[in-house]
Amino acid sequence: MNTLIYTACLGLFGLLAEIFNFRKYLIPILVLGLAIIFSLNLQTWNHPQTHFNGMLTDSNFSTAFSGLALFIMLVILILSTDFYSSTDDEKHISDYMAILMFTLCGALMMFSYANMAMLFLGIETLSISLYVMAGSRRFEVKSNEAGFKYFLMGSFASAFLLFGIALIFGVTGTFSIDGIGAYMRMHADSLDPRFIVGMLLMVFAMLFKVSAAPFHFWSPDVYEGAPTLITALMSTLVKIAAFAAFYKLVSVCFVFAMGKAELILTFSCAATLLIGNLVALVQDNFKRLLAYSGISHAGYMMLAILSLQGSTDSALFLYSVGYAVASLAAFAIAITVFKATDTESISGFNGLGKKNPFLAACLTMAMLSLAGIPPFAGFFGKYFIFSEAFRNGYEQMVFLAIISSIIGVFYYMKVIVAMYSKPANEFEIKPTFSYQMVIVVCLILSLVLGLYPGVFTKLL
Amino acid sequence: MLTLILLLIPLFASLIALFFKGESVKWFSFIISIFQLVFTLYIYFVFSSINDGLDKEITQSIKDSLSINIDWINSPNINFNIGLDGMSLLMVFLTNLLMPLIILSGLNKNQERPQILYSLMLLMNFALIGVFVSFDGFLYYIFWELALIPIYFIALNWGGPNRATVTLKFFIYTLAGSLLMLFGFLYLYWATPSHNLSWVDLTVNHICSCKQGFIFWMFFLAFAIKIPIIPFHTWQPDTYSTAPTQGTMLLSGIMLKMGLYSLLRWLLPVVPNGVAEYTPYVIALCFIGVVYASVIAIMQTDIKKLFAYSSIAHVGLIAGGIFALNMQGFQGALIQMLAHGINVVGLFYCAEIIISRTGTSDINSLGGIRVLSPRFAMYFLIIVLGSVALPLTNGFIGEFMLLFGLFEYHSWAGFIAGLTIILGAVYMLRMYQKVMLGDVNENVTVFENLKWNEELILAIIAILIFAFGVFPKPVLELVEPIASHIFKLSFIK
Repeated sequence: MNTLIYTACLGLFGLLAEIFNFRKYLIPILVLGLAIIFSLNLQTWNHPQTHFNGMLTDSNFSTAFSGLALFIMLVILILSTDFYSSTDDEKHISDYMAILMFTLCGALMMFSYANMAMLFLGIETLSISLYVMAGSRRFEVKSNEAGFKYFLMGSFASAFLLFGIALIFGVTGTFSIDGIGAYMRMHADSLDPRFIVGMLLMVFAMLFKVSAAPFHFWSPDVYEGAPTLITALMSTLVKIAAFAAFYKLVSVCFVFAMGKAELILTFSCAATLLIGNLVALVQDNFKRLLAYSGISHAGYMMLAILSLQGSTDSALFLYSVGYAVASLAAFAIAITVFKATDTESISGFNGLGKKNPFLAACLTMAMLSLAGIPPFAGFFGKYFIFSEAFRNGYEQMVFLAIISSIIGVFYYMKVIVAMYSKPANEFEIKPTFSYQMVIVVCLILSLVLGLYPGVFTKLL
Repeated sequence: MLTLILLLIPLFASLIALFFKGESVKWFSFIISIFQLVFTLYIYFVFSSINDGLDKEITQSIKDSLSINIDWINSPNINFNIGLDGMSLLMVFLTNLLMPLIILSGLNKNQERPQILYSLMLLMNFALIGVFVSFDGFLYYIFWELALIPIYFIALNWGGPNRATVTLKFFIYTLAGSLLMLFGFLYLYWATPSHNLSWVDLTVNHICSCKQGFIFWMFFLAFAIKIPIIPFHTWQPDTYSTAPTQGTMLLSGIMLKMGLYSLLRWLLPVVPNGVAEYTPYVIALCFIGVVYASVIAIMQTDIKKLFAYSSIAHVGLIAGGIFALNMQGFQGALIQMLAHGINVVGLFYCAEIIISRTGTSDINSLGGIRVLSPRFAMYFLIIVLGSVALPLTNGFIGEFMLLFGLFEYHSWAGFIAGLTIILGAVYMLRMYQKVMLGDVNENVTVFENLKWNEELILAIIAILIFAFGVFPKPVLELVEPIASHIFKLSFIK
């Protein structure tokens, strides 16, 4: 909870910076602040506590995921120094930074909630901040479209969430997730149909947030239209936060009731895997490709939501870390290439192998990690999630996930092939130092995690 | 410890090679690969000194020095378990024997960015050795997939025309098979009571025979794509022609042996009931493949494609011999793997020599090279005869034992296998006659003399062909214990 308060303070600092016109050292101060908060966060490890009368808890689960969220935001801030370099951006930089900090607050609330009200607050804070950031390029039509679509559809999903919470409150009489879990255990054999309906509504809302099929339609358009840095944030932080919140919700409140929702979740998982991978095959725009690949990754993470027993939370965490570092590296390279070639299509990567072999090698590693090929972290994440799903009896889903992996390799390889075998275009592509550092650090993390994934497998 | 050193030297060398500039990286890689070969021979002597007469403690300390079992990940239970037995040592020897030859073949070629090429080749060496020394299923899987990455990039960046599509097909086809194998490993992990993937445990605790058939196919498809066995071979002829010669030598010489080795290591002892159930179908598939590939080879006019199809025919026979499930089959397969590795590298190198000097790979537009370069003709003839399995060459020992094993399985199997030798002679000798003998074709005006490294490689291969043909005893002694161990494990309890 201290993490949450400190992050909110950083957000307030950003707002104050806007008022007092202090833009010069804003980002370095925020980066330093986040680094300090990261180390303070580690102190809550193995110190479970509840705060505010059972509203927020500190547990290993929340500490681990909060650490990951802080890391992601740190990287995004470092990348934003060069991303927001035009004069129009310069005027609003402290607003953007403040909103990013509040996004992080929302995510932190989604990890450590112990009460439905906190879950809703967290989701809303995260989402509303992102509605603004997705539409932050005011003079681009696509950005406006992205913000508007995200806002409309996201609000609709939040309405579902509220409706579900209200129904469950009506049945159980409490908002606390432990209380709801206790009610579910007592009445596991004869659950009130209103409880089940409430649960399903909440599940649908969470499926929307993680962009699982058939609620994924907002995702490609919003990812494509938003500024690329915000897309990076959405595809990493939001997905991970939503999955962590979803996992916590289901594993604490709805475990025995999941039998009712199993058919829906299985169908959703299968559809997500297939749609994500199949539609990504025909994409030309790199951001849209990453959006659909993100949808397919949501499908793999859904296997964790299905299986729930054993060390599935560690597997989910490991997968999230592997996915986050690879995605951040890929987006950092994408931002560099988009800036230099002024296009977002995959043809902007043509010939990168010859023009800038280092960058091409880094993007290759990021793509291979996302595709799930050893020795990168993405492979281990996939393997552990498959292993946990197998153990809990979902063999057919694992088989389907493996088939989808095979399909998935095609579009990741499309980018790699474009880099190495298509003739080079005339743009010169040179990433700035901070971008190079971010890319290298993320890929080293991916390789280290690939060499020693044991660090995270029995974590939670 | 020794095995770990053998495994890690190419990895570190691959990283160091990235920092070289220019041609010196080729010499660096060559020296590293020679050192690896010498080290492998040293390990062979250490290994073969284990015999019944030795003191128990010394035997144990030798065995300890050759294998490692470190806990790597706790949950799921995966160990870094590497070691050497006769089969692994033979394959490691093949890899480290061919590596200097492959590196040497690139010495006089003008390749761009050689530091990345040789770094990738050394990385591939690391992954290949890793496959052969892994005794834990998951570790083996990681190395198996890892071996795919360097060869893909070698073929993509230094290959011939149409390489983007062809290499992509190769990569995805092989990866699809590997992912099916991953499913098999996942299933085995949770189905066995001991919950780990170490080889020793997997071969002792078998899953119920009802499921073994399914798991058999999961594994077999992965290996069948790698070897390749018809009908999963469609990636191979194009990839072999499009890849640069060194890539083709790596693919055909060593990488496909991964598939054959895995049949013996990870398929037969792990799902013996499944194997017994489907052996007739697999042998039928192998034979169809052998005859089909041989017939296509007879019709081929492109020299590289001809060698590619001949490779399919030979490995189909080896795979069939493995499934004959007897000692002659196993030993013959292992010897033939060694022989085929040496011979096919020789064949593709000769093809490269011909293509680089005449600019064409069409056997109809070649002819009479023997007149222009009699030494090359001699080496080429030796390699062709080794491939045809003439007695006194290494190919003969392997083929003979395979035929014997298949005949023991079923006399018709032996008969069809014998056909392959005849067909092999047909396409090989026909190709040799068209390319080397007869009148000098007008396309072949000048044929430079062999350079020193080319002659050295061809001479070494020719010597090896005769050496193993005349004196195969060390190889047979090396593989006999493990072959009989697998023979015992492959039978249904």
